[in-house]
Amino acid sequence: MSLHATHRDAGKVTVVDLSGRIVLGDGSALLRKTIRGLLEDQRKMILLNLADVDYIDSSGIGELVSGFTAVKNQSGDLKLLHLTKKVKDLLQITKLYTVFDVFTDEGTAIRSFS
Amino acid sequence: MASETKHLEMTLETIVESVNLAEEMCLRVAEAAGFGEDDCYRIGMSVREGVINAFHYGNQERPDKKIYLAVDLTADKMIIHVLDEGVGFKLADVPDPLAEENLLSTSGRGIFLMRAFMDEFEVVSGRTGGAEIVMSKKLPTPGSASPNGQGGRNATPQQEA
Repeated sequence: MSLHATHRDAGKVTVVDLSGRIVLGDGSALLRKTIRGLLEDQRKMILLNLADVDYIDSSGIGELVSGFTAVKNQSGDLKLLHLTKKVKDLLQITKLYTVFDVFTDEGTAIRSFS
Repeated sequence: MASETKHLEMTLETIVESVNLAEEMCLRVAEAAGFGEDDCYRIGMSVREGVINAFHYGNQERPDKKIYLAVDLTADKMIIHVLDEGVGFKLADVPDPLAEENLLSTSGRGIFLMRAFMDEFEVVSGRTGGAEIVMSKKLPTPGSASPNGQGGRNATPQQEA
């Protein structure tokens, strides 16, 4: 299943709803394009909703980290919402779970940006 | 009763699509061998990472080079070989992705994931002169395959949030 991404504004925060697999190839490329596009539009507070992402490989992890760094470098913030068990486990074993701010409630996540 | 080893192999092009193809083929073998859902996920992920490693690092994404995938099903384990046509590498030279200075690296987690998800993992010098990844997963004992099957020796999350 390829990756799909749509985004919506919640005040100054942009929520990106992702579904599918973030893997080497089109999935990772779409995530990169989406984040870079938001940064070009000066949308620097980004919440990635991963509720429908049940698979990420090392390429996808690399793209998440790359996006996180790119947003931070522009004084923005990138946070994660609704991790599936597999994705949560993957972030835990790679020690990235504490690098990212991770939320289980969208409202709490959006308020955390202020 | 004597058990025979089943052997499958395929030659893959050095293209992104080979990653999915290899994963799908190995997943079918793993499912047929009786692995549970979680172990199939770990095997599939490890095959992906092995082929990504061959595609990107070994063959340098050069389309004139091949990736050789082989699967052996023995009486007690599934063994996967991924061979590239690069120059090979030593595991000792691979940076630790869990080291503080590497946490925000955008690459270098594939080997770690394979080691975490499989029971046995090694890199040897292959017949092509490139790196050959050899990794295996012990077959589930009858009645033990479950969606919560155990992972590799390093699969336990190392930290909690």
